[in-house]
Amino acid sequence: MLSALFFYLFATMCIGAGFMVIAAKNPVHAVLFLILAFFNAAGLFVLLGAEFIAMILIVVYVGAVLVLFLFVVMMLDVDFAELRAGFLKYLPIGATIGILLLVELIFVVGAWVTAPDMVAQAPTPPAADISNTMALGQILYTRYVYLFEAAGLILLVAMIGAIVLTLQHKQGVRRQSIAAQVGRTREMAVEVVKVESGRGLP
Amino acid sequence: MTVGLSHYLTVAAILFTIGIFGIFLNRKNVIVILMSVELMLLAVNINLVAFSAFHGDLVGQVFALIVLTVAAAEAAIGLAIIVVYFRNRGTIDVADINLMKG
Repeated sequence: MLSALFFYLFATMCIGAGFMVIAAKNPVHAVLFLILAFFNAAGLFVLLGAEFIAMILIVVYVGAVLVLFLFVVMMLDVDFAELRAGFLKYLPIGATIGILLLVELIFVVGAWVTAPDMVAQAPTPPAADISNTMALGQILYTRYVYLFEAAGLILLVAMIGAIVLTLQHKQGVRRQSIAAQVGRTREMAVEVVKVESGRGLP
Repeated sequence: MTVGLSHYLTVAAILFTIGIFGIFLNRKNVIVILMSVELMLLAVNINLVAFSAFHGDLVGQVFALIVLTVAAAEAAIGLAIIVVYFRNRGTIDVADINLMKG
């Protein structure tokens, strides 16, 4: 009963925040609503017993990706009012396609029947036996280790790609040349001059 | 009033539709389009985790982790492209990206 109450709370908040993401005038507000939507989705995941994914959603998604979004939105000096110019022009076709798709998806979901002889590939252990995180770790690092490595590779490629895209070399900037510094000898750096007394240097 | 699999699938379907609707509505603003894609990926994740929980199969959660990874990579690359594009053109209007039309 309580879990049903929380399901409806999280689901309503998630959908409402999701709608506000696309309807908000100010993109900063849109990012903040997206954060709210992700928090409520994490609540739904906790209700489903997938605590690890829920925490990852908050730590990685809200903590890193959405803050990156916020950073970019605030960094770019864009006239967002101008970008919303054709907003209402696309409303009819967007609403038509959206409602059609929603009806189709709900028909599919409503008629969903799981095959009775379906066998779980990696059965979920009961919660009293072993925690969700531990169970996930036990199959993620054994049976799905190649998938895990591939995920790491994807992140590496994304990191290098983002650096390569945004790194820029400015002309006329004085940079440190380590080879020139290390290659300096005493003769290049110090000059000993005999100064005659009373006359000074020319 | 028990909550079943179809409840979660309906929530995910509505979120996915909102994502597609957002792409149609904000045709010019790339940042909102990227956020709509994030919403759609979140809907996919809700589907995967719901199936995983109700069928007692952990593979769905493993796959949800992979989807999260790919979504994070996609967001990072997409935002980098937006920053570079803004640096070159001074706007992020998608309609202007037709310099390379074949």
